[in-house]
Amino acid sequence: MGGLLLVATLGVAACGPGASSAPTSGPSTGGGATTTPTTAALSGTVAVDGSSTVFPISELMAEEFENANSGVQVPVAFAGTGGGFKKFCVGETDINDASRPIKPDDAGEGVACEANGIDYVELQVAIDGLTVVVNPDNAFATCLTVAELATIYGPESPETLLWSQVRAGFPEEEVERYMPGADSGTFDYFTEVINGEVDAATTHATQSENDNELVTGVAGDVNAIGFFGFAYFVENQDKLKALEVDGGDGCIAPTVDTINDNSYSPLSRPLFIYPDVGKAKTRPELKAFVDYYLANTSEFSAEVGYIAMPDDALAAEVTEWEAAVGG
Amino acid sequence: MSAIVPAARLGHRFEPALMRRRLTGTLFYGACLAAVALLLVTLITLLVDVFVRAAPWLDVDFLTGAPSSRPARAGILPALVGTFEIGLFVGVMTFPVGVAAAIYLVEYASDSRLNRLLQTNISNLAGVPSIIYGILGLALFVQALALGATIFAAALTLSLLILPVVIIASIEALKAVPSAQREGAYALGATRWQMVKRSVLPAAAPGIMTGIILAMARAIGEAAPLILIGAFTFVTFLPNPFEGQYTVLPIQIYGWAIRPQDDFQGISAAAIVVILALMLILNALALVVRARLSRHIQW
Amino acid sequence: MTAPATSLTHRRPMSERVIERLLFLAAALGVVTTVAIIAVLAIETFEFFLEVSPVEFFTGSHWSALIKPQSWGVLALVSGTVLVAGIGLVIAVPLGLLAAVFLAEYASTRVRTVVKPILETIAGVPTIVLGFFGLNFIAPQLLRPLLGQDAIGTFSALSGGIVVGLLITPLIASISEDAMRAVPRGLREGAFAMGATRFEVVRKVVFPAAISGIMASIILAMSRAIGETMAVVLTVGTKPQLTFDPTESVQTMTAFIVQISIGETAQGSVEYKSLFAVGATLFAVTFALNLLSGAVVRRFRTSY
Repeated sequence: MGGLLLVATLGVAACGPGASSAPTSGPSTGGGATTTPTTAALSGTVAVDGSSTVFPISELMAEEFENANSGVQVPVAFAGTGGGFKKFCVGETDINDASRPIKPDDAGEGVACEANGIDYVELQVAIDGLTVVVNPDNAFATCLTVAELATIYGPESPETLLWSQVRAGFPEEEVERYMPGADSGTFDYFTEVINGEVDAATTHATQSENDNELVTGVAGDVNAIGFFGFAYFVENQDKLKALEVDGGDGCIAPTVDTINDNSYSPLSRPLFIYPDVGKAKTRPELKAFVDYYLANTSEFSAEVGYIAMPDDALAAEVTEWEAAVGG
Repeated sequence: MSAIVPAARLGHRFEPALMRRRLTGTLFYGACLAAVALLLVTLITLLVDVFVRAAPWLDVDFLTGAPSSRPARAGILPALVGTFEIGLFVGVMTFPVGVAAAIYLVEYASDSRLNRLLQTNISNLAGVPSIIYGILGLALFVQALALGATIFAAALTLSLLILPVVIIASIEALKAVPSAQREGAYALGATRWQMVKRSVLPAAAPGIMTGIILAMARAIGEAAPLILIGAFTFVTFLPNPFEGQYTVLPIQIYGWAIRPQDDFQGISAAAIVVILALMLILNALALVVRARLSRHIQW
Repeated sequence: MTAPATSLTHRRPMSERVIERLLFLAAALGVVTTVAIIAVLAIETFEFFLEVSPVEFFTGSHWSALIKPQSWGVLALVSGTVLVAGIGLVIAVPLGLLAAVFLAEYASTRVRTVVKPILETIAGVPTIVLGFFGLNFIAPQLLRPLLGQDAIGTFSALSGGIVVGLLITPLIASISEDAMRAVPRGLREGAFAMGATRFEVVRKVVFPAAISGIMASIILAMSRAIGETMAVVLTVGTKPQLTFDPTESVQTMTAFIVQISIGETAQGSVEYKSLFAVGATLFAVTFALNLLSGAVVRRFRTSY
């Protein structure tokens, strides 16, 4: 792992301005790393798609990896955890970002992967605290219970819901609900944990696969409420106010510590990547990217605003990956 | 439509009535001025707002770098290259087809029902929303012809989009050529095609070229059809036109504009400045081309 | 205009005919395109209606394509489109006509050389730029301070309507101006000779004479406003609902089509096909308006 980090740093130093040169294939320039045997010039494309929550980490990984390996292209999209799995399990992508585990019995996911012979491994890369946000000018809401969140987002929620119906004493203003789209793992996770059933939610909300749109919406509307990955809150702290959530043990605010020790519950959750093991065995650039990902995820996850996993948990993931891909 | 009452009929009520009528006229003129002023102010506000936002981000690195998750390091080179490639493809593809169609409609087809049908059809196509062309491109080029989400498919789609505009501009240019040009050529024994090629086209060239350049400017400003055919991804590398992913300036602008951080709004504004500059260059080019080519016209 | 098909040598006719064929094919491409558009929309819409009842589609007022339970009432999207386009027209018709009258009747040549480019610049700005302006200026710096921070959010039909109005003003202005300038000077001069003020000449002579062109320009602007995508996508939001409250966030037909295609919904799914059904609705409406505009010109054209 450390060796790989060293290689990456040397690569960045030696290869010069990365993505502005235009090779579509071909050896990476320079790269003076003779310290490890795995430095054959990498080339090819690694297609990543999936969760918009994990997207900021993957985006950063892709960029840094491309800077270090100018022969490799890593396009990253964010069709949503579910949307991404559907593509992954028909072989269209090489890695799926996921903010929830794969559904083994789902026809578009586990069943399809098995039918198409796609062998994957579940690698946790970070921890997220799903954050519920309101507008900074919202003076009345500081903490909501799980039951109140269910009132707002549950499938029975009426088209016009007033804040006063959520809790007596709140103003008689309409609740402007924002939430991720149905292909989103964040959506799946939230609905399961808050509403009690996956995919069960009100249809009277503004929903978008793009969490940035949710940020803009909540930031621009005094009566709005929304939820997304912690990183999107951290990135936009000047525009949003995070609510404390009472999961039964009192109001807990999402912070690095409360998410890490799981006291921010029930909204603390793991973030995953699912690489295609079969492809990784035959394509060195894919294996190298996943190696790079695991090696740098503690640093990059924290940089984009998520919480790094404990070292021993991460080491376990690395071992699992090495075993799956055969060394 | 009430009749205008001549002054003589109004008799003693003439003066006050005239003053009232003049006042109304002045008020109306004021309203017209206000409308024009409002439009001017809006345009200026838009440009100033964009430039102020863009100013901190516009530098050479921006023009030559690749998009990044960190705004400070972001650049628009892939988007610029994509825009240029698409603009070029579209110009090259629509030029022969558009001009050929216009020549047929003006020079060859007599005023038949077929001709009128073709012309009406083309004007209707010019009014079809651009997103519908995106749907067509998706179903036809990306899927049915299996070209995939490539620049080639994008260029084909956009060519279809602006073809009606090119045809209409070319028709206008051809119609503006006086019939004396044509008749002179026939008198010298030219066939129809010789007449078109040697007499009419050179005369219509300024109008045709202007039309094509302006249509290209329109094409490179389009985003909606390209989103439909799969252009919207995070692309940091330079595109191969026949395979793989690509992006263009309008889509890059959109991708950054929907990120709430102020820095991303800043680089989105910077990209807007670049595309506005491109538009300006193209419009100036159209004027220059028209002036240049018109020099040889002598009527 | 007849021409000799042959020339003094005999080789020409063959290539002449070939050239004519090629040119015809180019012209016919237009028809092929129209047929292709209609075919693509019709086929996929038909398949969509195999899964979703047309009655629900055309009469339902709740649209929920991605959140279950799914609901396919296109009226929710249509109302969003109509609301935004309506606000746009309310802004663009007075502005555009006043500007047109100014250019046609009041402005000197010098002033025209300044004002016309302003209109053409607005017309030439890519619509995404106008959407950016709406998102970053009109909503936060104009609408929210004016109407109150809690009365309106960042996304609203009003914000989109203003931007769309700006977009279509040059269209109304330039076509109406052309129509007004086409009115013969003699008509104006006759009215002036009878003692009319300039405003009266405009109101009672020029405007009525040019009315067919003016109406056509408004109908075309309506069609353009309905079909507008990028300016709307950045300003109006993604909340399909049947409402006529301009401060609400809604979703237009065009914005929905973009949302589905960005989300990369699986091909062949009913959500994917709904994209075509909505597209077909959009196409039908704009096509009808374009035909109407042509008919208006033909029917009401004043001949002098």
